[in-house]
Amino acid sequence: MTIEDIQNEIIDEFSMFEDWEERYQYMIDLGKDLPLINDQYKTDSNIIKGCQSKVWVHAEMQNDKIEFTADSDAIITKGIIAILIRVFSNQHPKDIIAADMDFIDKIGLKEHLSPTRANGLVSMIKQLKMYAIAYQTQLK
Amino acid sequence: MFNVETIRKDFPILSRKVNGKPLVYLDNAATSQTPQQVIDVIVDYYSNYNANIHRGVHTLSQEATDKYEQARYKIQAHVNAKFAHEIIFTSGTTHGINLVANGFSSLLKKGDEIIVSALEHHSNIVPWQMLCERTGALLKVIPMNQEGELVMAEYDKLLSKNTKLVFVNHISNALGTINPIEYIIEKAHQVGAAVLIDGAQSCPHIKPDVQALDVDFYVTSAHKMCGPTGQGMLYGKESWLKKLPPYQGGGEMIAEVTFEKTTYADLPHKFEAGTPNICGGIAFGAAIDYMNHIGFDAISDYEHELLEYATTQLLQIEDLKIYGTSKEKTSVISFNLEGIHPYDVGTILDKLGIAVRTGHHCAQPIMAFYKIPGTVRASFSFYNTKAEIDVLVAAVKKAKMMLS
Repeated sequence: MTIEDIQNEIIDEFSMFEDWEERYQYMIDLGKDLPLINDQYKTDSNIIKGCQSKVWVHAEMQNDKIEFTADSDAIITKGIIAILIRVFSNQHPKDIIAADMDFIDKIGLKEHLSPTRANGLVSMIKQLKMYAIAYQTQLK
Repeated sequence: MFNVETIRKDFPILSRKVNGKPLVYLDNAATSQTPQQVIDVIVDYYSNYNANIHRGVHTLSQEATDKYEQARYKIQAHVNAKFAHEIIFTSGTTHGINLVANGFSSLLKKGDEIIVSALEHHSNIVPWQMLCERTGALLKVIPMNQEGELVMAEYDKLLSKNTKLVFVNHISNALGTINPIEYIIEKAHQVGAAVLIDGAQSCPHIKPDVQALDVDFYVTSAHKMCGPTGQGMLYGKESWLKKLPPYQGGGEMIAEVTFEKTTYADLPHKFEAGTPNICGGIAFGAAIDYMNHIGFDAISDYEHELLEYATTQLLQIEDLKIYGTSKEKTSVISFNLEGIHPYDVGTILDKLGIAVRTGHHCAQPIMAFYKIPGTVRASFSFYNTKAEIDVLVAAVKKAKMMLS
């Protein structure tokens, strides 16, 4: 599936929810299913700065595609990073770099997009895209 | 007669909604809300007599100067300072602390010691670390116990003839502990050290008497006591303020300037370089009037009632732990739900219209002491109600259900 397909799938899933409570409950459940990062990668250098909770992300290249794993000590943050990883994992770096992130707004999480928001969704997106840029340069 | 429903009508913001729910504002230790009486003073200033002070001969400038200086007298009376010129207007507590820290850099030498407490806010640690780097002085820390109280026996041991300055907050922002500052001041004076007290968290609840305390410096902010942000005050004993060099150079703080030499203005202007926050100072005076009108005895009695009620109600939630359990504490409850990150709880509470603070509260050493990433902090003011505490308790239960 392309990044856009996955985003549309997530938008569909979220459209079934009637209020914030159901949306958050779903996000919390997604957080519980997050592909967990191997403990050896839970290092300080893998922490994403700008989040009130701790978020670790690890990236690996497999057949020209990036595979992400992550973890956080806060469950809502875990849910958010789980959504991002679902969108970006197993994608080609250049597609990750080019990806439009409007879907965040469409699933009712726009409030998390503010750059001053303590959970750092913006920092997370930036970090994932930075990995993609780094791997993209290696491919050339 | 103290009537919370009447008082609430003074605060326009309390009737707004957040995320479709009535706002329950429990982040008062970060900043308090502003009553209409203070908002009116701010509007009046910009509508009727906005002008620069202390220099114009025109009517507006005179009016603004008079009101600004009246505010200084109000603060003087409020903290019972001996002279009005012992009150220095600042941009807030942090500014006041930096002003004193900077002043001491010319008075300290290698081997001198500064004592701070383990309960400090970052703004109370960093300026002293910087001062120590500049002067070669040593920073010593009064440790805390599990209840979140400073250990006075350890403080006694830290004091020596090398101690030049002791710096403690009156009330801890993260835990609400009221520190025994009378004892701390008396002991420090016995070894000849000066004492600076951070009153940012105490002034919203207690009326300090700087002469009775015999404190050398006392700082606070207006925005935690119904006044505007960007405004605060430093009280300093006249003798100390005369001894300290000016902090910033600029207009207002000079008596005479030639390219060879400048002589500084008298107190308080020596420390008030540049055009100050004139409206802020005047509004600070109005905020003090407002709080005195309600009465600090009534405020502290009522807030104590809220604290006890909230503590009892919150502790009925299983796996909820309160940090900071000193008998001497103000209306602040720092807590966590076991196994749940404070950030998650804060996010759900926000969705329910409740404003609390989450995180380390700019007091990472305290969080490190308890080995936690942070807490959820609910802080109550005299305009909060028991009904709002019920909303909080129900919301925490809901958060717990959603998050576990």
